[in-house]
Amino acid sequence: MDYENPAGMLKKIQEMEFVAVELNLYLDTHPCDEEAVNDYNCAVEALKQLKKEYVACYGPLFNFGWGGHSQAPWQWAKGPWPWEL
Amino acid sequence: MWVYEKKLEHPVRVTCPDVKFAKMVITQYGGPDGELGASLRYINQRYSMPTDMAKAVLTDIGTEEMAHMEMIAALVYKLVDGAGPEDFKAAGWEGQWAQHGCGLFWTDANGVPWSAKYIACLGDPIADLTENMAAEQKARVTYEHLIAATCDPLAKATLRFLWQREVVHFQRFGETLNDVQEWMCNSKHMWHGYRPEEKE
Repeated sequence: MDYENPAGMLKKIQEMEFVAVELNLYLDTHPCDEEAVNDYNCAVEALKQLKKEYVACYGPLFNFGWGGHSQAPWQWAKGPWPWEL
Repeated sequence: MWVYEKKLEHPVRVTCPDVKFAKMVITQYGGPDGELGASLRYINQRYSMPTDMAKAVLTDIGTEEMAHMEMIAALVYKLVDGAGPEDFKAAGWEGQWAQHGCGLFWTDANGVPWSAKYIACLGDPIADLTENMAAEQKARVTYEHLIAATCDPLAKATLRFLWQREVVHFQRFGETLNDVQEWMCNSKHMWHGYRPEEKE
């Protein structure tokens, strides 16, 4: 993992999350496709790992209790914000 | 409730600021076929959908459209980055500068503010799902117009991603429409009109 390059790490998350979004919409209308459910579950596991690594380096992706514990001082408000990257 | 994820769905980059192009892109923010209207249209229609599939598809596509609205906002933000009054005047977008500066506002490419008239909800699943399919096609065409109107390869890449999502959403709404029609057939949920009570 390229820890010096936040954009590179973020791109990997964006790619894997896109897989999850696409499979999610597909599964909404094809709920009995077991292979797609397995693929979705694989994407969930891969995303968990990627986000864990990203958050450890660059701070939380989620707030409101979804992103786990915060370091002190409060990390959420710290930029850059997504449109500034 | 909704949870915000502090990242864009897809990278948004531009080669250099281009106020004139921002004036066109803004229609996908607050225009008739833009992402604000799309997200509100779908999320709002959920309450009169008869099947779980339709409720899920509208929730998920409506949520993804909010992420697309954020991408369009980021694109406009980058296209006007560092621009001043002279740049806005040269681009023919001086009204934007006078009223909003470099801030974003919900308008179409002609400055017409966003209106709830852009979205529909008849409370009828067939009418509403076909409305959504038409909306996805109109957004697809708008993205094609925007892609044709810029030479910036980075801006084009962002718009192409959004363009192909319209195609996928159209497909999913079509499948949802088939499912709703089947549900209506199987369970005699067609509307048969007013039936007066039988007199003894």
